[in-house]
Amino acid sequence: MRLAFAVAGALALAAGGAFAQQATRTGPAAPELEHGKAVYAHWCAPCHANSMGLAGTNSLTIKYEGTDIPGVLEDRTDLTAPVITYFVRNGVAWMPPFRRTEVSDADLAALSAYLTAPLEDRGAHTPLLADEMAEMEAAR
Amino acid sequence: MDESAFAAFLNDLRGAVGEDWVWSSDTDMFPYRDAFSPVWNTPEEIQASSAVAPADVAQVQEVVRIAKRHRVPLHPISTGKNFGYGGASPNVQGSAVLDLKRMDRVIEVNEERNYCLVEPGVSYFDLYRHIQERGLKVMIDCPDPGWGSPVGNALDRGVGYTMPQFRDHFGAHCGMEVVLPDGELMRTGMGAMPGADSWQEYPYGFGPDPSGLFAQGNFGVVTKMGFRLMPQPEYYRTGLVRVPRRRDLIKLVHHVNYLSDSGMVSEVRFASPLSALLGDPDFAALATKLGGPSDAEMDAAASAAGLHSWAIDLQFLGPEAATAAQWEYARDRILSDIPGAEALDGDHFALPATEAQLENDTQPYPTAIRRKGALGIPSLGIWEIVRDDGHVGFFPVLPRDGEAVFEMQRVLGDASREYPLPPYFSAVTAPLFWHSNTFQMVFAPSIRRDDPEHNAMVHRAMKHMVAVAAEHGWGDYRAAPIYQDDVAATYSFNGGALRKFLEAMKDAVDPDGIIAPGRGGVWPARFRP
Repeated sequence: MRLAFAVAGALALAAGGAFAQQATRTGPAAPELEHGKAVYAHWCAPCHANSMGLAGTNSLTIKYEGTDIPGVLEDRTDLTAPVITYFVRNGVAWMPPFRRTEVSDADLAALSAYLTAPLEDRGAHTPLLADEMAEMEAAR
Repeated sequence: MDESAFAAFLNDLRGAVGEDWVWSSDTDMFPYRDAFSPVWNTPEEIQASSAVAPADVAQVQEVVRIAKRHRVPLHPISTGKNFGYGGASPNVQGSAVLDLKRMDRVIEVNEERNYCLVEPGVSYFDLYRHIQERGLKVMIDCPDPGWGSPVGNALDRGVGYTMPQFRDHFGAHCGMEVVLPDGELMRTGMGAMPGADSWQEYPYGFGPDPSGLFAQGNFGVVTKMGFRLMPQPEYYRTGLVRVPRRRDLIKLVHHVNYLSDSGMVSEVRFASPLSALLGDPDFAALATKLGGPSDAEMDAAASAAGLHSWAIDLQFLGPEAATAAQWEYARDRILSDIPGAEALDGDHFALPATEAQLENDTQPYPTAIRRKGALGIPSLGIWEIVRDDGHVGFFPVLPRDGEAVFEMQRVLGDASREYPLPPYFSAVTAPLFWHSNTFQMVFAPSIRRDDPEHNAMVHRAMKHMVAVAAEHGWGDYRAAPIYQDDVAATYSFNGGALRKFLEAMKDAVDPDGIIAPGRGGVWPARFRP
């Protein structure tokens, strides 16, 4: 079950903003953002996807409750490359830091490009791997 | 080692793997520290001096030869995600981390003979994706966090959540390739026979099988590992059985042992419905009282609350008709033997599961089973239970017997009361049935990066609990480097004959003591006091 539909109302997010974001989030990312989106899918989405029961999304949703900052990283428009680099390389709370053998400097630059691009260029929300594979199976 | 010798070592490493894959700055080494360490920023924290990331087996061999020449300890990691058990941190200050993450090839998945062969840097996510994208009809068994490595997890004897022969990850391995401490390459089992096509089917080959030496050990660097895989089951079914009285657990465990050892059930979850009462201070005081409550007291509390004392969550994998017959058999077997027991049908559906079925919100009773893990689908959903800045873990192994459960509840409950921590052991603590043939319980206090007093208390508690458990014959199965000596010391039969034997072998095959000295409590001569 997707977070946006399940709890957007309950969290009293600014409905206009939330749904405006949803409306722009379909289809693939702009070609120049595909690498960064793939990095996001592999390294970030397992904890930060637009889905329920994820530590990253839940904790950021709680952290920013009452503000207009969304809990889903992929919906953020306030991130900068230095901030993204800091959290990837240093971690925070129970999020561990990521090594260069995991997220290379080139991957990190691509990730930063993706997470700082205009929302309309980012395409649909990145699914959890399990959901992506279940959809693939259903389509067979 | 002085500065110029260290520089020469790094220079040689760069020559072997390239300029871009050797690190030693504080910034670069930060992610190699144990993010869940209870001794963070204290003199007890063990930090590596450098890291090197080879791209292939030949480079691993060259790195090992360089380390031998310079006599620098290497600490191999696979994906480096062993959180709660030390992360990527070594046993010796100043070690060089041998980071195998770049070696991330899924070499083979065979859906007719049901096995895979992978490199250490492959994660459970990677292996699952590889299988699904190709539509291969095999199921992996994964631990809670999917970013871990099948090789690394198995080598630390990690566990998963499906059938007994798969969820003991080391037990499910079949065939290894290892770079030995002198840089030579060795294969175990049928891999030792040139031309054999059964490396992932017969683990032993002929003669002594040394593969056990590489699990929680330091006799070489594993560069390939095979695993048995379950054919994708056709159907999944769950069912719950509850029993009314405290001592009904004894019979319940016997029945579940029978079902599991007969291959009829996947992983099962024991639980006490009385856990729901722990928010009531009177009940919490009863369940955690020193010396433990009496059976009569607990039965009275259960009766007053209208709750059962114990429940068992059963899972079945296989053809639809077989899962139905197995559930019917399990239910009848337990209900006919334990007065007052009741059974509830759970979910049942054809596999692979849909997205909605993976969410597991349709089961007609509360369950602790995480559906994705139960169906071999990696995720990071478990991270939701992590508190503060991480945790450490002590998981004592105990006999698969109800009386032993009661004894551990009481003994470790009493021992842990002096620490201001949640009640990991109480009269409602249920055993974990992770490993295929034994029970464990969990002691996993959180750590807080900015609270050294709390961390010091946790550190004391960990060592205390390991010692008290050992007095009763309960040993840890897996430990962070900072606890490996404490745990290894508890396996002390006949004057520590096991450790002496392992150290004699260590000295013989790794005379310079360069491969993960101290791992598993095995120290080479140059580091022994």
